Amino acid sequence: MKQHIHRREALRTMAGSFGSIAFAALATEQAWAQAKQNPLAAKQPHYKPRAKHVIFLSMRGAPSHVDTFDYKPRLNADNGKQGKFGPPLLGSPWKFAKQGGSGLWISSLFPHLGKHADDLCLLRGMQCDQPNHSQATMQTHTGSFQFVRPSMGAWTLYGLGTENSDLPGFVVMGDTSSPINFGSSFLPAIYQGTKVGGTARSRRGGSGEAEFPNVDNPLLDPASQRVQLDLIQQLNNNKLRRDGHQPQVEGVIQSFELAFRMQSTMPKLLDQSQESEATKKLYGIGAEVTDTFGKQCLHARRMVESGVRFVELTHGSWDHHRNLREGMETQCAQIDKPIAGLLADLKRRDLLKDTLVIWAGEFGRTPHGQGGDGRDHNNKGYTTWMAGGGVKGGFSYGATDEYGYEAVQGKMHVHDWHATILHLLGLDHEKLTYRHAGRDFRLTDVHGHVAKDILA
Amino acid sequence: MKNVFSIFLMLPLVSSCLLAQERLTQEKLAYFETHVRPALVKYCYECHSEETGKTRGGLLLDTKEGMLQGGDNGNALAGDPFTKSLFWEAINWEDLEMPPKKQMPAEVIQSFKVWLQMGAPDPRNRKKAVVTSKVDLSAGRKHWAFQRPAATPGATIDSLVSAKLASARLAPNGQADAYTLLRRLNFDLVGLPPTPKELATFTAAWRRNAKAAVTAKVNELLKRPQFGERWGRHWLDVARYAESTGKDVNVTYPHAWRYRDYVFDAFNADKPYDEFIREQIAGDMLPARTDTDWQEHLIATGFLAMGTKGLNERNPRQFQMDLADEQIDTMSQAVLGLTVSCARCHDHKYDPIPTTDYYALAGIFLSTKTNYGTVRSAQNRRSTSLIELPVADPMQEKNRLSSADIQLLKDQHRELIMTRRTTRNDEKASQQQLANLRRRIAEIEATLAELDEDGIPTTQAMGVLETREPLDANALLRGDVEKPAQKVPRGFLQVLPGGGPATIRQGQSGRRELADWLTSRNNPLTARVMVNRIWLHLFGEGLVTSPNNWGLTGHKPTHPKLLDHLAVRFMAENWSVKKLIRSIALSNAYQRSSRMNPLNYRIDPDNKLLWRANPRPLDAEALRDTILTVGGGLDLKRPYGSQVSAFGDNRVGPSFNQDRMTTEVRYRSVYLPILRDDLPEALGLFDFADPSVSKPKRETTNVPAQALYLMNSKWVLAEAAAMAKDLVKRFPDHESRVKEAFLRTYSRPAQTNEIAFAKGFFSRFKPVVQKVEEDRPFRRGPSRFQRPGQEEGPRPRQGQFQRPGRGPRGQGQFQRPGQGQRPGRMDGAGGGRPGMRGPQRTIAIPTMTAEEQSLAMFCQSLMASAEFRLLN
Repeated sequence: MKQHIHRREALRTMAGSFGSIAFAALATEQAWAQAKQNPLAAKQPHYKPRAKHVIFLSMRGAPSHVDTFDYKPRLNADNGKQGKFGPPLLGSPWKFAKQGGSGLWISSLFPHLGKHADDLCLLRGMQCDQPNHSQATMQTHTGSFQFVRPSMGAWTLYGLGTENSDLPGFVVMGDTSSPINFGSSFLPAIYQGTKVGGTARSRRGGSGEAEFPNVDNPLLDPASQRVQLDLIQQLNNNKLRRDGHQPQVEGVIQSFELAFRMQSTMPKLLDQSQESEATKKLYGIGAEVTDTFGKQCLHARRMVESGVRFVELTHGSWDHHRNLREGMETQCAQIDKPIAGLLADLKRRDLLKDTLVIWAGEFGRTPHGQGGDGRDHNNKGYTTWMAGGGVKGGFSYGATDEYGYEAVQGKMHVHDWHATILHLLGLDHEKLTYRHAGRDFRLTDVHGHVAKDILA
Repeated sequence: MKNVFSIFLMLPLVSSCLLAQERLTQEKLAYFETHVRPALVKYCYECHSEETGKTRGGLLLDTKEGMLQGGDNGNALAGDPFTKSLFWEAINWEDLEMPPKKQMPAEVIQSFKVWLQMGAPDPRNRKKAVVTSKVDLSAGRKHWAFQRPAATPGATIDSLVSAKLASARLAPNGQADAYTLLRRLNFDLVGLPPTPKELATFTAAWRRNAKAAVTAKVNELLKRPQFGERWGRHWLDVARYAESTGKDVNVTYPHAWRYRDYVFDAFNADKPYDEFIREQIAGDMLPARTDTDWQEHLIATGFLAMGTKGLNERNPRQFQMDLADEQIDTMSQAVLGLTVSCARCHDHKYDPIPTTDYYALAGIFLSTKTNYGTVRSAQNRRSTSLIELPVADPMQEKNRLSSADIQLLKDQHRELIMTRRTTRNDEKASQQQLANLRRRIAEIEATLAELDEDGIPTTQAMGVLETREPLDANALLRGDVEKPAQKVPRGFLQVLPGGGPATIRQGQSGRRELADWLTSRNNPLTARVMVNRIWLHLFGEGLVTSPNNWGLTGHKPTHPKLLDHLAVRFMAENWSVKKLIRSIALSNAYQRSSRMNPLNYRIDPDNKLLWRANPRPLDAEALRDTILTVGGGLDLKRPYGSQVSAFGDNRVGPSFNQDRMTTEVRYRSVYLPILRDDLPEALGLFDFADPSVSKPKRETTNVPAQALYLMNSKWVLAEAAAMAKDLVKRFPDHESRVKEAFLRTYSRPAQTNEIAFAKGFFSRFKPVVQKVEEDRPFRRGPSRFQRPGQEEGPRPRQGQFQRPGRGPRGQGQFQRPGQGQRPGRMDGAGGGRPGMRGPQRTIAIPTMTAEEQSLAMFCQSLMASAEFRLLN
């Protein structure tokens, strides 16, 4: 890792390719051009995309893989025996069964999702670098566990723009973690995730009610407000011209334009009242356990349908060091029906083929127990899955050892995972770069291999 | 089993004699194996064994140690003879009823009785675990940050910065202009913009002698009381200050504000930083000359009590460990810039901190009693008392209960007791009914108990005190509270000078020694970490860019010599924060213009070498305070207490949250209520620090939600209207009003083209017909307390009766029970406390003339624009 930093420092000090004197003018010109043209406008991908939208279901706290999607008969057989790091192995308290025509092994914690097995592409050889939540969450979202870097959603938006520039192209909902995980870092600020629901009043667990405050001006009609906004932008552009390169001012300019347009689009987008009862029921809306996440999943579908490029839903409290039995039952019940409903709804609207649905925690958990009813962190092997958007359904890729400690086959590091996601979106992870501080940056840094085997 | 948890053991004598490795006779052993073990397995293990992973009530019954350690209710086998023990009562269904659904058969109970009469012989000894460490300490000691800072003779801030710039062949920017510099100084030092009058005075003085003008200004700003609020707030980010517990239950801390005010006062008084830290870690143990000093010291320890808490934790040992962990985590990050709590379950993954070092510190905090209050309820299993302060707060007199009031409460209490009696015997009565009665009885008892002889509620604070029996902690295998390993002598991090087992004064926890160790001049981190924080707030980036992580994964300093120079000087100048800020603010490095220089940008785009000043956004508090200042006026007076204290004990949720509080007050933002997971909109939207964790640096986001707030919130519109009305009143025409508006918002004269923008706007903008808004009275929060005889409204939550404990001064003084502000006076117009008095109203945009409206919309545009929100 040390070497890695040295290399970066070297790159940084080696200077870029700019003619220096022209730079200030150039930077200003670029900023001007960027500010004037819509940075959210749809852009051409590198090659034909398999997916146009992403719904990222982020499971905060790291769900256990050996109790959900990674069936380990040997672990159950050796329950109570000493595991390889000392503590006794803990067999899964849940039964696994083959699901769907493809026969993927999925545990009884997901009765509804299990029915969609033939749409799921299980990635059972996942790995990341860190067994700590904040670092691993950061790496899952940005590729780096150490430095503040643009998030996956920001890179996607930078690469593709969005289909509806009257809405934020990257929306986050639910029990979100630090803004770093949906930030844009050195990419233009307009690419960072916009948080919807509980904006300034985040309640733990997030809210199904996607309030988005301050979209109504209590005084001005839109025409008068536009006159006012023109003045604000005149002042901003004036400052930008005087200061030269000033990303923060550019960010303000763009956020005001988007905000103005969102005043008419957001209320419609977030109004679920026109959805049929049958649809709501499909997502588990109205039932106590599934209502919150069900509403968020329905929002996700509506956003994708309206052209939002990247939607991230966070669902928290998966850190089962203790109370694994009770905790997993509760957490899985909250998401099982809503996710199944989301997949079904996307499919019947013919949106699933263009939408990549991703389910992932920041790592997995140990096959050995912790205090008899819990599991510890495990970043060496775990499972995430994808569905729709150009991945093989009813497919399993990669494997952990017979207990679930470590990926042994079809290993997919988070960098590979990112490369594959970008690939599905029509983006070459080695070509999607942004010049900052004298060098080109990528989501995958200098790593990443596309897992071609999972492409449909 | 005598260990750190023995505070839960009622009779340590019995325990130790049981633990003695007496040889069990074959006969006794056989009896246990045939009659007792099978019954324990059959009836108890399901809920109380490691195998099932369940420790209901914190109790494990699968080892001898578990039975002795007991659970929530204490030692299961305490009692002489054992047939008086909790265990016996429970299986005999006397008070507790175990197993809960069906009593064991009589013959099984009989064999337990026989066994207990034998003295409860039990061969099920827990395997002794040992926590070992593989950390190479001597290698670890070589890390740069663990060396003592070294002075560079003859160096100054500028000589050290210039050397670096020169070696990279960078020519730094010159000094910023007078307007820019004054605005920067104002926001950095007091968090407020300069007024047009101050601008005029300063620029005139600048023209005479720039250096003298800046020096005089810096000295003046350092003396303003707003300095302490600004810099104290930076510390509150690091100290994760908040007025509620956060986590699942999230109940309020109505007394937290005393710590907040203490911090502000400390920065204003330029309390030496070492003393500031000592007071927060061990204030209760420090010598105090007067009661007022002692009071201050006690409040300072609120630092340790303020953290997040999972109050619904069932296992008391788990809760105690989590509490100590939170204290170790915050203390180590805030003071040392190290993430010590990473070593709770295993050796630190990167830093030379063995697990045993963690438990050496844990022993100190486990020997400490943390008093944070909160009300016991079905969800809150872990409430505590508070510290009664030696000096009564005169404001409490306003909350005096008359003798008639007290009599009414007493009468009501008696009635409730009677009702409870009849309800208990009523088979149809629900558990809920009983719980309600219990709660109401507890509330009245708490209210009465906190009154002094004159009917005035006592003055209380959050903080820590010593326990009766300070003890070393057991290391825990993989952090598991049910797997205690060897004892670890209390002490400090071995990798740092003076580390290892500590010499602790007899009968004390070791916090005092910890405080001394942290603030010792031999400690290589404490001074460096603090000077880096100060640098960060003046430059927008620290010399070390990972301010809470100075370990092996932390970032190296951009200017190692400068960092050391500042640290050495800081200590030499008696840890004076003001002196350090003053010398940095007077350096050329600080005063540079932020202008872009393409040549330099190419070589050092991140400005690591400080060739310019970093343009920075205003933080949330400065933004709100400035909108108030230029709008309808900012009230600089410190309010008494907090809105959270005014409402007393509550649970944050649908019935009590920011909506219920009058956040539309005009005092400084640092006094707004800080509830975890529920921040005031004006702060939460603009990257306020998440108060659940120590936060050294705020994020910066730039999102449409902020733009919408600045364009559409009634609060901003009302301030803009107030500003316009004031300008119309004071200035004769558009042009002079526009010029004044620029001065107030941008702290500089308007440029010609900007005046032209304004003219263009006035010609295009057509004022709209304003809807007249009703003046509705402000929706008050739930009243905290019901007068006797009143119907129950939105349910206030309140304290339970607490047994008097040992007071902070040791013997003789009782820690008084009860908590919360005196209830009852908050509802109703005109009541309440100064600073939040009078009936509040919903925000209404004042009615404006067409001229005022155009000007207001202009003023609002200035407030929303980038220049207003940024610091150049």
